[in-house]
Amino acid sequence: MTSMAETSAVIRMFHVHKRYGAKQALVDATLDIAKNEFLFISGPSGAGKSTLLKLLYLAEPVSEGQILVDGMNLSRIPRSRIPMLRRKFGIIFQDYKLIPTRTVYENVALVLEVQGKKRSLIEKKVKSVLRVVGMEDRQTAYPPSLSGGEQQRVAVARAVAGDPKIILADEPTGSLDEDSAAIIFQLLNMFFNRGATVVVATHDKALIESATGRVLQIRQGRLETPPDI
Amino acid sequence: MIFYTQRAIKDILDNRFLNVVTIITIALSVLIVSAFGLFFLNAQDMFNAWKKGVRIMVYLAPGTSEAQRLDTRYRLQTIAGIQSIRFISKDDALELMKDRMQRQTSLLDNLRENPLPDAYEVTLVTESNSPEKIEFLAQRIEGLPSVSEVEYGQQWIDRFANFFNLFKLVGYGMGAMFFMATVFIAANTIRLVLYSRREEIHIMRLVGATDNFIRFPFYLEGLIQGLSGGLIGLGMLFTAFSAIGSQFEQTLSAEMVAVRFFSMGTCTAILCGGMVTGLLGCFFSLKQFVKE
Repeated sequence: MTSMAETSAVIRMFHVHKRYGAKQALVDATLDIAKNEFLFISGPSGAGKSTLLKLLYLAEPVSEGQILVDGMNLSRIPRSRIPMLRRKFGIIFQDYKLIPTRTVYENVALVLEVQGKKRSLIEKKVKSVLRVVGMEDRQTAYPPSLSGGEQQRVAVARAVAGDPKIILADEPTGSLDEDSAAIIFQLLNMFFNRGATVVVATHDKALIESATGRVLQIRQGRLETPPDI
Repeated sequence: MIFYTQRAIKDILDNRFLNVVTIITIALSVLIVSAFGLFFLNAQDMFNAWKKGVRIMVYLAPGTSEAQRLDTRYRLQTIAGIQSIRFISKDDALELMKDRMQRQTSLLDNLRENPLPDAYEVTLVTESNSPEKIEFLAQRIEGLPSVSEVEYGQQWIDRFANFFNLFKLVGYGMGAMFFMATVFIAANTIRLVLYSRREEIHIMRLVGATDNFIRFPFYLEGLIQGLSGGLIGLGMLFTAFSAIGSQFEQTLSAEMVAVRFFSMGTCTAILCGGMVTGLLGCFFSLKQFVKE
């Protein structure tokens, strides 16, 4: 009989290993993440937090084990379907990963352009999310002219513009000051409250302590906390 | 489609220098290869015109009577392969020579007697244009009574034909090399652009862009580069053709040969060739890069 946890899990990992040559980056990771759950993955630098996230959106292939994302088995997914997988996620990076030669508007619009949305819809949506993150007035600015906090807000806007089911944030506040970090966290909470599943990889203890959400510890590639919901 | 085109144009403008280099390379290749082609086209026209009017001059022996002349004409008419026969009297021949040697008419005026013979100008049918048939006919005509000499200038046409064919072969070879070199340069340009935008392409993949979404604007860029290069190359050729062609117009019209530029169909084919060159350059670069 399928458990409550299994039916509500949007991400499932079964005995996942990841190796980089001789180095074990992730060891026997088994994990379920529920729909509309706020999960912190915490641990020191080099523990495997980023690796775990990268496996979810197939930035890296799994060495061993299986991952299911919204019913898609990542071991069996053909290369041509990887873009479809990635559209389920909104990803926020520590280094923002904005395209410096495109404006704030164009960076956010990109997510909708790749999905083939109409111009009119893109315009409406982009302006809406930029308003939410407080960057509506900087639409025509280029990322290099923005502060770190502003860039990360644009990155959050890009991550949510496509209405993804899952938001992955890899050290989203790592390069930011306290105030900017707080804004980012508020935005993540907002989208969580709107129904998204949010997974945040961070070593920021203050951030974790200020929030309510499950916390998963990872150390030297091993998950230390019970993985079930 | 409009979106991809806008992206392609923006990318071209963002990487102006690299794209201008590629466009100029394509333009020069189109210019050089098309110039060869245009030369061959007109040389072939000229050659065909000369071949059509293949003639044998049959010079009659001095002192040939009217009756003998008519007898020779009758015998000529019975020979298969002859299209027409025109009698050129010695007086007509002298007048013709005076026309062509207008600066030396004083020499001709001072001649005590006309040294030129009566002659028949024999035009052959097109089917008899081969060197072997001309040779055969000439020998037959030479054997006729009252014929002192038979002249046909076709040996040089044969040599020219061989040279022309060799030149054409060289032209094809050079055309192929230019094409490959241009594709290679176009591919390298795209590769440089891709390399400079690798981070952007990586981000596009992370947000769910398909390979086609990434590739398509580059293909359009290649087409635009090829079309631009083709237009510039053809434009330069046409300008040169107009300038140089007008210089030789008088000479060529005397020979009843007209030089011509490519037809619209050929121009379109050349432009398509330019576009294919640009597209192929993109294809080879993208094939490797996007997979990486």
